[in-house]
Amino acid sequence: MASLISCPHCGTRPKEEFFIRGDATPVRPALMAAEEVWHDYVHLRANPRGRIREHWQHVAGCRRWLVVERDNFTHEVFGVTDAAKAGEGAR
Amino acid sequence: MRYSALSILKQAFAGNLGWKPVWREPEPKAHYDVIIVGGGGHGLATAYYLAKEFGIRNVAVIEKGYLGSGNVGRNTTIVRSNYMLPGNEPFYEFSLKLWEGLEQGLNYNVMLSQRGIISLFHNDGQRDHYIRRGNAMMMEGVAAELLDRETLKGMLPFLNFEHGRFPIIGGLLQRRAGTARHDAVAWGFARGADRLGVDLIQNCEVTGIRRENGVVTGVETTKGFIGCNKLALAAAGNSSRVAEMAGLKLPLESHVLQAFVTEGLKPCIDHVITYGAGHFYISQSDKGGLVFGAEIDGYSSYAQRGNLATAEHVMEEGVTMIPGLSRVRVLRSWGGVMDMSMDGSPIIDRTSIENLYLNCGWCYGGFKATPASGFCFAHLLAKGESHHVARALRLDRFERGFPIDEAGAGTQPNLH
Repeated sequence: MASLISCPHCGTRPKEEFFIRGDATPVRPALMAAEEVWHDYVHLRANPRGRIREHWQHVAGCRRWLVVERDNFTHEVFGVTDAAKAGEGAR
Repeated sequence: MRYSALSILKQAFAGNLGWKPVWREPEPKAHYDVIIVGGGGHGLATAYYLAKEFGIRNVAVIEKGYLGSGNVGRNTTIVRSNYMLPGNEPFYEFSLKLWEGLEQGLNYNVMLSQRGIISLFHNDGQRDHYIRRGNAMMMEGVAAELLDRETLKGMLPFLNFEHGRFPIIGGLLQRRAGTARHDAVAWGFARGADRLGVDLIQNCEVTGIRRENGVVTGVETTKGFIGCNKLALAAAGNSSRVAEMAGLKLPLESHVLQAFVTEGLKPCIDHVITYGAGHFYISQSDKGGLVFGAEIDGYSSYAQRGNLATAEHVMEEGVTMIPGLSRVRVLRSWGGVMDMSMDGSPIIDRTSIENLYLNCGWCYGGFKATPASGFCFAHLLAKGESHHVARALRLDRFERGFPIDEAGAGTQPNLH
């Protein structure tokens, strides 16, 4: 994993300033969605090798939630966007 | 060739020219009763127990690299059964019992050393928690001892007892725990399986899972199609990728865990010691190197290498626990890809697809489980039902609401 992450608000910062939540692909279902849908959201992961999107929070900086797009095999980082701008909503 | 003191003596006089390759290198047959995907510790153990305990010998282990090239050779070699939850403890104790007879069974020296594991605690709450864990172990018939500070000072005088923030006030000891030579475990199981007729097929990657009318009939590989009655996946960090070939989505995320070894020292650390103020664990190998590690890096990763920030954190934990470590030089570090499950506990189960069986989710605790994982997976494959110590390790426990969350961290794979 790259040692530096480019926060869109704070600039290039060390990776340790960020909290990593995990996969940004699952979308939170509607409150009354079926149990299988919730099970899929809470527990199941595609877990691909290659290009992924992950939720990171810049806890030691702007505290914004970010979407880090990167390769989990080569460790290349393609881009970091604010989760709100990425149209993530409540995930 | 059966190994014995006599065979070593004979070879010594014969210039050691008579040793034979330990296993065959067969071409795959057209069809097997069982194909196991993954030639690591768990896959090889499964094959060995299938042949030895359950009489199923028409078995192949398919490995994309060389045998034991994954996590079985990348761990910190700790063997223990000091778990707390009822779904876990009997399973890991069964594993430890298998470890205790393994070398005689395999006719192979895995260098099991039952030197004991000491888990340190640093405050009253943590002491209460460790007492509870010790009691939970004893309720399953596993011995556990609580050590007070003075006893520990006599046993481990090099620890930093007076640390201002994390003073060491005691420890939980399991004497039967210890370490084993990890590569020898893979080689021993491979040799044992091969001697019973199992085909070990290396450098053969599975590229697809063939199904007819929804039923698994075999695997596409880089060496062509191989048919099977039952397909058993034991692909550790790559489990999600193999299962995806059959359209399955698993409760797993792959993460990288690092481990480290120092230069060789004279014997100084006689036990496995874990630090309660972090997640640091250390032991000394028979060569003298201090072998240690800590937590996963925390981000999704399929790379067998980690981040420097985590390495720094591990060193800091080590030096906080044993100040003398600051004078020791680290020789090597490495990383392995962990199949982190959603509750931190493993899965040994059938799947919704007929003839497809799953062994995964070992997080970073798979090494100690190797014999029991193989035994229970073989039991499931041979008899069609779970072994009684592995009944809780079900794939559907997540949707049914029965996770086995030893750490109490919730459904967050990078926190276990």
